[in-house]
Amino acid sequence: MPLSILIWLPVVAALLGAALGPRVAPRATLVGAAATLGIAIWLITDVDPARSGLSHVTDEVWISELGIHYKLGVDGLNLFLIALTGLLFTIAVLAAGRREWERPRLFYFHLGLAETAVLGAFCAQDLALFVAFFDLMLIPFYFLIGTWGGRNRVPATTKLVIYTLVGSLLMLAAAIATAVLATPAEGGITFVLSELQRLPLPEGSQEWIFLCFAAAFLVKMPAFPLHGWLPDGYRAMPIPVVAVFSGVLSKVAAYGFLRVALPLFPDASAHFQTLLLLIALASILYGSVMAFTQTDMRLIVGYSSIAQLGFITLGIFSLRPEGAQGAILQMINHGLVTAALFFIIAVLASRAGDSEDLRDMGGIAFRAPVLAALFLIVALATLAMPGSANFVGEFLILLGVFQSKIVIAIVAFAGVALAAVYMLRAFIRTMHNRAGPKVESRDIGFADGLVITPLVAVIVALALYPQLPLERSEKSARASIRDARLIAQPPAPAPAQQGAPPQGAAPPQGAAPPQGGAPPQGAAPPVQGAPPQGAPPPQGAPPPQGGPPPQGAPPPQGGPPPQGAPPPQGAPPPQGAPPPQGAPPPQGAAP
Amino acid sequence: MTLAALKGPHIDWAGLSPLIALLGGAVVVLLVGLVPGAVVRRRIVPLLGATSLLAAIGLTIWQWHEAKSIVSGALRVDDLALALDLIFYVAGLACIALTHRGSVADEQAGHGEYHCLLLSAVAGMAILVAAQNLVTVFLGLELLSISLYVLCATEMRRETSLESGLKYLIIGSVGSATFLYGLALIYGATGKTDFAEIARALGTEGGGLLSDPLMLTGLGLALVGLAFKASVAPFHQWTPDVYEGAPTPITAFMAVATKAAAFGIFLRFLDVALIDLQVHWAPVLAALAAITIVVGNVGALGQSSLKRILAYSGVAQAGYLLAGVVVGSKLGIQATVFYLGVYMTMNLAAFAVIVAREQESGEGDDMAALEGIGATRPVLAWPMTIAMLSLAGIPATAGFVGKIYLIEAVVDGDYTWLGVVIVIGSMISLGYYLRVIATMWMRPAAGTVPAMAGAASEVDGEEARPAPAGETGGDATTQEGGAGTGRAAPEIVGVAVLFGAASLVFGILPSPLFDLALDAGRSLGLL
Repeated sequence: MPLSILIWLPVVAALLGAALGPRVAPRATLVGAAATLGIAIWLITDVDPARSGLSHVTDEVWISELGIHYKLGVDGLNLFLIALTGLLFTIAVLAAGRREWERPRLFYFHLGLAETAVLGAFCAQDLALFVAFFDLMLIPFYFLIGTWGGRNRVPATTKLVIYTLVGSLLMLAAAIATAVLATPAEGGITFVLSELQRLPLPEGSQEWIFLCFAAAFLVKMPAFPLHGWLPDGYRAMPIPVVAVFSGVLSKVAAYGFLRVALPLFPDASAHFQTLLLLIALASILYGSVMAFTQTDMRLIVGYSSIAQLGFITLGIFSLRPEGAQGAILQMINHGLVTAALFFIIAVLASRAGDSEDLRDMGGIAFRAPVLAALFLIVALATLAMPGSANFVGEFLILLGVFQSKIVIAIVAFAGVALAAVYMLRAFIRTMHNRAGPKVESRDIGFADGLVITPLVAVIVALALYPQLPLERSEKSARASIRDARLIAQPPAPAPAQQGAPPQGAAPPQGAAPPQGGAPPQGAAPPVQGAPPQGAPPPQGAPPPQGGPPPQGAPPPQGGPPPQGAPPPQGAPPPQGAPPPQGAPPPQGAAP
Repeated sequence: MTLAALKGPHIDWAGLSPLIALLGGAVVVLLVGLVPGAVVRRRIVPLLGATSLLAAIGLTIWQWHEAKSIVSGALRVDDLALALDLIFYVAGLACIALTHRGSVADEQAGHGEYHCLLLSAVAGMAILVAAQNLVTVFLGLELLSISLYVLCATEMRRETSLESGLKYLIIGSVGSATFLYGLALIYGATGKTDFAEIARALGTEGGGLLSDPLMLTGLGLALVGLAFKASVAPFHQWTPDVYEGAPTPITAFMAVATKAAAFGIFLRFLDVALIDLQVHWAPVLAALAAITIVVGNVGALGQSSLKRILAYSGVAQAGYLLAGVVVGSKLGIQATVFYLGVYMTMNLAAFAVIVAREQESGEGDDMAALEGIGATRPVLAWPMTIAMLSLAGIPATAGFVGKIYLIEAVVDGDYTWLGVVIVIGSMISLGYYLRVIATMWMRPAAGTVPAMAGAASEVDGEEARPAPAGETGGDATTQEGGAGTGRAAPEIVGVAVLFGAASLVFGILPSPLFDLALDAGRSLGLL
């Protein structure tokens, strides 16, 4: 029950406000958003961290003939994202309330509908419901940008929506195919995620289905090759809209990977791990480089979002618990930071003759110490200064990638340095140096402060205590990547088997998990001995291949500690140390 | 002396009752239309027509869950036929409501004649989807087609209407002739006209008949003939011109009901009579479906006339529906019937808004008629927005559920690639559906249209005629409209709001339509 209230409250409040008149609409929507935030915070306190699995589950049959359930649930993965959504929309409605909009009732209705759709996407535990909310959340933004946006808004919003919906419609086809192909012989078709997870798909189907889901999510984030809609889109959106768009919508895509793609398609995820890591890396580098060549402040933040989402994807596809947890923490951090940055841009623009161009700014900090301080905190957080929660997030992500694909990790480090370049450039060029031609520096007003300060406060709070989201999300993050990880980095054979040809754990071989088809590299039957974490990989006897590991990809380094290290076969593991057989010390024969 | 007793055939009056209501109603309105007096003609005749349709609806619901053959096995009353009949009756009612004060067609062609033709078209459709027999199929097809040829031309003072009627007549006749030739060849190959007997002949004679060139040619020609009717590419060329030229309420009726009838007979013909030939017709139809989806969606992208956009969109939707037919399974039938139901709601909402704006603005059916109505006429903008989003397959609308159902049926029938084509079609379709939405909400409102001298601005029991009688069609690309007259009639707005709301409601609570579809699917006894 509480989750349904959480989801539907914003749009209901907005509808009530619309019914009561243009003066009431902003306030009603604000009340709705604030109440939603309250419920989200209550959920954080209420969900028991020791439990794994979903809490506050609502499960009703929606369309029985198609096996679609109206199923909602909260666990570590979406708990803080829901709170982030509540916070960002509340702040956005607050910021929107500061100016007069044409047709205000419609404007606030669309904001309310957007929040409902995003919350629905986060809470949905049924594949069709998730896809429905994912597609639905785009429509209010289509209207918000097209009707109330800036220059060039209609082409920009059309491009944005079509680009995103191309991916989303592919995801729809893939989702339906998943449910149909997974239909058990004796049961009916079902779209419920927990059931689909128990009914794995054959290998070949998993691959194209995974690619369709990946396409949808990568377009939404956006990731490097599929980001074409971003420049025009971000320039056209009104500030409150771009703050929530950048802060929250991209997270739905990253969350989608963790909630849907990895658990349901572990073989394909492991198979395409390298590809996704490379795309993430390309996003990081491209986004960072573009960010420090832009002069439009919005695009600096927009391209930096591409880079940051690249880091998050990197963490997810490292297929390691540290990486996944770092990714979850970064999702929250980035959401806060990007929203704060956009509101700060609005403030800066008002002090630079309404221009958002870097060349028109400069020296704004002169009479604005509070503004400068707030901006500095946010800027340092964005570039992951040690001491901020972003640092913790990026550290964990890079740690995860380092342990799985070290070369990519080394290149990704460059992204961290580049973040410092573009962020400091933006800060210095706007706040310091010579004052721009039309700059009139004055400190931040109360209303603007009311919008930005809560975000900064949460950023600081998280910096002081990043353990909160990390701890709550740990179990869910592990569960989400577990199957894919076992395929990508199979644990070593148990000591008893050491006598047997040590290729036991030679990385890629043999039968993949229940499906039978062997994916080229990831799948290695972890062996007869104790299955590592109780995960169900195939007990099939590992055919004594001892062949060289897969496509040159570095074999699972380090391996999951508790199992004993994988005897390095063909390729010398970059870390050297083949652990002694027979001893299953928690290796850490790590790099 | 004993008199010889004449034994008449058994007449199932109950099963025939909807048809009797329709055809009887047609005769009655034709006669009543002869009565002099404006009140009688303008009020009573449409009312009688609507009553006849309502009676047919009631009788159909009464006959629900029956499965029997009537008229000596020529027609079959089962849930598939009855479900589709409901679609025809609702579309007919909407057409009457939209014509009443939305079009001059009935005035120019004669109220009695107009409504009689409409009712006989509906009767033809009812016969078509209930047909069990090659002859009855053709009978139903011709009855519906000839009525529609004339109905398209009823706005007799407008050249494009006459042109559309003539074009439809010629091309439709080609289609009907092809169909008849195919039926004749099938008869020649099997020696039977009854569907069940054809199926038996195909089943028992084994491989011989299944690859008999006579049979296959007949199959091919019959499919081509049906493809003409259903607007399947490449036999869809007539659709945009005919839809654009015909009076808009008739276009609405054609778009919804003719398609439903055509797909109804596709289902029955292929899944009852020719089920054993599935290995031949399924791949061909799948290819046609894919082509139709692409052609229809791409064709709509450059249009500026709303009726042409909806015509091409209808072609694309015919492609989606054909995909449901291809799989030839129970799930396929259910998905097709469900999608026909939601297709009806989406299209009627859109066309009602077009009729209303033809009345209100002076732009005919050009996109400019919708400019800015998000601000000036939200009561029309919202149904059109919901209709567009539903046609595109956006969640929370009936179209989304329909597409899921269709894609599921297709994937289940091992035609996953066709499911991907459906999705690609949806992507392309966004290009024009979003354009319509953008015109309504993201453009400034058009300037106020001058009201016609002497016309009442508030319709309240007064007639409001849009165009002076002497006007001729000039513009070749869009239907010429007269000066707008303020507000459209409330029943037109009512139709738009009703079907817009239905599209939304069925997107959230689709169970009633699902029940309809499930019953229809079960009636053919397929797996």
